[in-house]
Amino acid sequence: MYQYSNFDHEFVAQRVAQFRAQVARRLDGSLSEEEFKPLRLMNGLYLQLHAYMLRVAIPYGTLNGRQMDQLATIAERWDKDYGHFTTRQNIQFNWPKLEDVPDILQALADVEMHAIQTSGNTIRNVTADHFAGAAADEIADPRPIAELIRQWSTDHPEFQFLPRKFKIAVTGSPHDRAVTQAHDIGLRMTLQDGLRGFEVIVGGGLGRTPMIGKTLSPFVPLEDILPYLEAVVSTYNLLGRRDNKYKARIKITTHEHGIDDIKHRVETKFVKIKPLFTGEDMHILKEIERHFEPPNFKPAKPPVEAISTTSQPPAFRAWLDTNITPHKVPGYAIVSVSLKKPGATPGDASAAQMRALADIARDFGHDELRISNEQNVILPHVHRADLPQVYHALRQADLATANIGLISDIIACPGMDYCALATARSIPVAQQIATRFHALKLEHDIGPLKLKISGCVNACGHHHVGHIGILGLEKAGVESYQITLGGDAGEEAEIGTHAGPGFGADQIVPAIERLILGYLHLRANETESFLEAYRRLGLAPFKALLYPQEKKAA
Amino acid sequence: MSVTPISKVVTANDLRSGEVIYLRFPHSWTPELSKASVITDDDLAQAGLAFAKGQANVVVGAYLSDVVAEIDGPKASHFRDTFRSTGPSNYRHGKQEI
Ligand code: HEM
Ligand code: SF4
Repeated sequence: MYQYSNFDHEFVAQRVAQFRAQVARRLDGSLSEEEFKPLRLMNGLYLQLHAYMLRVAIPYGTLNGRQMDQLATIAERWDKDYGHFTTRQNIQFNWPKLEDVPDILQALADVEMHAIQTSGNTIRNVTADHFAGAAADEIADPRPIAELIRQWSTDHPEFQFLPRKFKIAVTGSPHDRAVTQAHDIGLRMTLQDGLRGFEVIVGGGLGRTPMIGKTLSPFVPLEDILPYLEAVVSTYNLLGRRDNKYKARIKITTHEHGIDDIKHRVETKFVKIKPLFTGEDMHILKEIERHFEPPNFKPAKPPVEAISTTSQPPAFRAWLDTNITPHKVPGYAIVSVSLKKPGATPGDASAAQMRALADIARDFGHDELRISNEQNVILPHVHRADLPQVYHALRQADLATANIGLISDIIACPGMDYCALATARSIPVAQQIATRFHALKLEHDIGPLKLKISGCVNACGHHHVGHIGILGLEKAGVESYQITLGGDAGEEAEIGTHAGPGFGADQIVPAIERLILGYLHLRANETESFLEAYRRLGLAPFKALLYPQEKKAA
Repeated sequence: MSVTPISKVVTANDLRSGEVIYLRFPHSWTPELSKASVITDDDLAQAGLAFAKGQANVVVGAYLSDVVAEIDGPKASHFRDTFRSTGPSNYRHGKQEI
């Protein structure tokens, strides 16, 4: 795991001391809100509808038991005994008091964590696959290269004033769990003649103008990746529009100039830049890789396969079916812990649950935890022989919900229950849908389904790439929910299609129910997923399910 | 011709806790919308807002919010302001805590 260097330590300590002084000056009136606001935002502190909110970074979604315990302590001492995990691999505390925030930041610094937000039009936090370092389908752990990119881009003199903010995602596996096609740059590790490199994807993004990224180069060798990225970002820096904030992201630049034009410019620039990189970056990468060394895996021991036999209790088997992913080391498994118990708030964990997760990670998981971009917690390295005990411990903590990838594993942003930018609520919609389908006992029959909800066009809930997406808006003074269908966040990413007029708050759950029950009739067989059926049949039959009156009228 | 005046309250967040608060004339703040002073006069509304903005080390983000005056006190017109006056719907937190 990445260890803070002395420089990082000093930097974080200094920032805490600075912010403590700034809060004091705000409270005694010597700083106005206009002066204070940018300072608090830099430290991850937002003012929401009912209270302040502190957003804490979890780089690459990776943390250990001690850090998880500290998050629990913060929730208990300074918040309301819980925290909210987001799709950005952050944790948000919804109720801190302004004067307590410096102490919270200190508590974070004590365990090498922070709430510092990269802000402004710079290269933002680099994100990586949450199964990194564990997934069976992975070529190599993408986190070292993500960290190399972070170090290269931080304080890069040329890139402090880009036309707009810039986000990069990296996956080390062909199965894309990092939504690389919805980032300014997405990197997918590939092999060519045994050499590691990356497919470089550019111009994706969600939000107001959703776009799927396009391939700029099918293969850039590992040792060329930094100069290549530098060529891309500096091309964008010259070309990106600075006249209109809504047209400034590289997705618009790519859209307006065309991918071939961008490719030509990038390649011309790359030839000039490449000689300036003398290999020092690859030395640094070697150094970084040491911080991401895998744990000492135990040898596979029997009864490795015994645990999946039919002699096990059905609840445990159901959990094994949905919450376990193959690990790259024989005898191991990746455990996804669902924070989506039907009726609960997606992504919320109580302080007691955080402590339980920390204990389980220490006892059975080589002291490693991950936060997924689907608002769940991952135990990346669990020996298969320990799965029954892990299940038991999770059950004690009310964390054994068996629904990963199913309809009740909903992504929902905080929406108008917390967020000051929201146009409608999202949490109650998620709660009602999950509760309804749980009551119908149909979840497992329905099979894989990604339902994603956002409370405004900023799309924090990734609704555009949900198989079913729900966007909460305001219409004529009430909440109104728009449905998109056929989106996909995986390696064949796609933006969903807008299905038709919005539904009122009391109509959205029945509409989803009609849609799903209708799908069960439409599918070719029991293994055809919702997305597959949609791709085969197109929008029309699904639209007819959502708007039955129109069909009658026509 | 009589026009129904638009009723307003002055609202903000408490600087220290972030809690939603309402102005009670002349100079105090209450966390309960039902106890807020309802303003129908435009000059008074502007004066209330100016007072709130002058309290920079007490409150933050002051604005005028439309309400409907009812017997048991004002009710917010817009659903966003209704949620501000009650708290989140997923937990009995904030103003719903007893
Ligand atoms: C509650 C306070 C929050 C605020 C004020 C907020 C604000 C915003 C804003 C303004 C944007 C658009 C930025 C831009 O493109 O210019 C954004 C994007 C985003 N937010 Fe949030 N957000 C909040 C919470 C969350 C949460 C809880 C999540 C995860 C569940 C999240 C995930 C994201 C993601 C993934 C994007 C990027 C969408 C894209 O690719 O364009 N945010 N947020
Ligand atoms: S999508 Fe909108 S409502 Fe939801 S968290 Fe983001 S900014 Fe807030």
